[in-house]
Amino acid sequence: MSMMDWIDARFPATKMWKEHISEYYAPKNFNFWYYFGSLALLILVLQIVTGIFLTMNYKPDAELAFASVEYIMRDVEWGWLIRYLHSTGASAFFVVIYLHMFRGLMYGSYKQPRELIWIFGMLLYVVLMAEAFMGYLLPWGQMSYWGAQVIISLFGALPIIGEDLALWIRGDYVVADATLNRFFAMHVIALPIVLLGLVAAHILALHEVGSNNPDGVDIKKNKDANGKPVDGIPFHPYYTVKDLVGVVVFLFIFSLVLFYMPEFGGWFLEKDNFIPADPLKTPEHIVPLWYFTPFYAILRAVPDKLFGVIAMGLAIVVLFLLPWLDRSRTRSIRYRGPYFRIALVVFVISFLALGYLGTQPATFLYTLMAQIFTVLYFAFFLLMPIYTKFDKDKPVPERVTTK
Amino acid sequence: MRNLTFAALVSIFSVFSTFAIAAGPSSKLDTVDIDLTDKASLQRGAHTFVNYCLSCHGASLMRYNRMAKDLGLTDDQVTENLMFATDKIGDTMQIAMRAEDAKRWFGVVPPDLSVIARARGTDWLYTYLRTFYLDESRPMGTNNLAFKDVGMPHVLWEQQGYQAIDEDGHLSVEQEGALTPRQYDMMSRDLVNFLAYISEPSKLQRLALGKWVLLYLAIFFVIALALKKAYWKDVH
Repeated sequence: MSMMDWIDARFPATKMWKEHISEYYAPKNFNFWYYFGSLALLILVLQIVTGIFLTMNYKPDAELAFASVEYIMRDVEWGWLIRYLHSTGASAFFVVIYLHMFRGLMYGSYKQPRELIWIFGMLLYVVLMAEAFMGYLLPWGQMSYWGAQVIISLFGALPIIGEDLALWIRGDYVVADATLNRFFAMHVIALPIVLLGLVAAHILALHEVGSNNPDGVDIKKNKDANGKPVDGIPFHPYYTVKDLVGVVVFLFIFSLVLFYMPEFGGWFLEKDNFIPADPLKTPEHIVPLWYFTPFYAILRAVPDKLFGVIAMGLAIVVLFLLPWLDRSRTRSIRYRGPYFRIALVVFVISFLALGYLGTQPATFLYTLMAQIFTVLYFAFFLLMPIYTKFDKDKPVPERVTTK
Repeated sequence: MRNLTFAALVSIFSVFSTFAIAAGPSSKLDTVDIDLTDKASLQRGAHTFVNYCLSCHGASLMRYNRMAKDLGLTDDQVTENLMFATDKIGDTMQIAMRAEDAKRWFGVVPPDLSVIARARGTDWLYTYLRTFYLDESRPMGTNNLAFKDVGMPHVLWEQQGYQAIDEDGHLSVEQEGALTPRQYDMMSRDLVNFLAYISEPSKLQRLALGKWVLLYLAIFFVIALALKKAYWKDVH
């Protein structure tokens, strides 16, 4: 009896390997947009591993935090590399996740029967934003401090419970040592556990129903004599070797940033964050991290603070509702009618424009533009039941297409 | 306290809501071309730093022995020529001045300069060092173009001399210093170079390693692509 048989009699190792890797049949027509799921997983592992090593030398203490980060950058062997991997990885995570989500939008990957995959994915996105926000406080620079101060104060805008809620989150009347300590706990243990659990749910749900593809064709409808999808290929070795190419290309671009522009012009590591946190001195410009700026622009577009916070929250909530807002039976943009195509283009432009506006001072013109794009952002979702219902979709082929 | 937070936040949002942003480092800066591989320049910068800056400003994240290694100096050379505040080569560049004294003398605690080049940028530092001018309204008798109403006196006045400002904001020599303007520019450049070095001592190591990582990935790409093509031959 082989070692593997011994294990398999006690633990479903071979069964799981087959189910999820070597006999998981994925559509053979995945394109460029299908690299980002596995890349997100890679970055998650990277962040956890580098995070563990950072934790060995970081001090979650308002008096020591800033210097301990620089200690890592100078005195810890390869500390600078570990730290830059982690800081660059955080931004890369959002780049990859946004592209991954856009893929879902384009090819209707959120649609029946993949609603739960989308919901788990959205939950991942929200938890990831919390993870990034809390992690950003840890270097305890000026931007860490004042960014946290501004965002936490948004909870204070809620009626009745607001101020108490903000106080409860901070653990003090202003962002202080208590806040840093609890954000550290959340960042290094609580949220990563939630992330890992959600990733497992996301992948299990995906493997239950099977992957969508750029044609939006259901490959399970067309099976051969052995019951395998005709247009499917085993994930391993086909997609493991293909994703390997994607990983190398990603790492090349990632390394370019990491080794030659780790601050990325102040977008990944901000200048003000090289000044230790000072509760008595507000920086001139407080700009949230680039991946939050679309929502920040929506917040500022609404004149009233409370309604601004609500609008910002709704901007994320509507994403969750996507599977039920879309009334079309067609998944992929390739066979969608003109209404959806135009709406998606408008949405992408609005999202990018809001992202830009969120980094700029709120002048009259910029505020007006942010208001227009906020309306367009919400119109994409709220009008979706109408324009997808009356859209003139094209016939979807029986089989997947390849060039 | 609640009011304080609120006031702080109101001020933040009001910054966003107007064009009027306080004239900070936005005014025009002189550009400086530094070279982290120029060890002679870094050594001269270190010399200026320990003699003129290190009495009030610390670089408390920078170790003397790390500096010795990176600048091509022996521990003994550093101990004898560049180390006045401690006798332990493994120490960081701390200062003896207490924060409360500094506050009483200058109105502010002089900031630690370990990562100042990453916070301010090298152009700003270079401009700052060169644009002190006489201003009788200031307690120290000088003001600065890059840093309005700065608390720091013109420490390098013996080298640069004093400059006066005219109505258009142009500076002219009022009293000559020991150095010519060009020599003073070089001195400032070396100091900025040194400050840039201590703000990220591992930068050269980072740039050097980057090449090899990219080369490795480029070669690996060819192999990975060939592997993918070999496996995908039979997928139509």
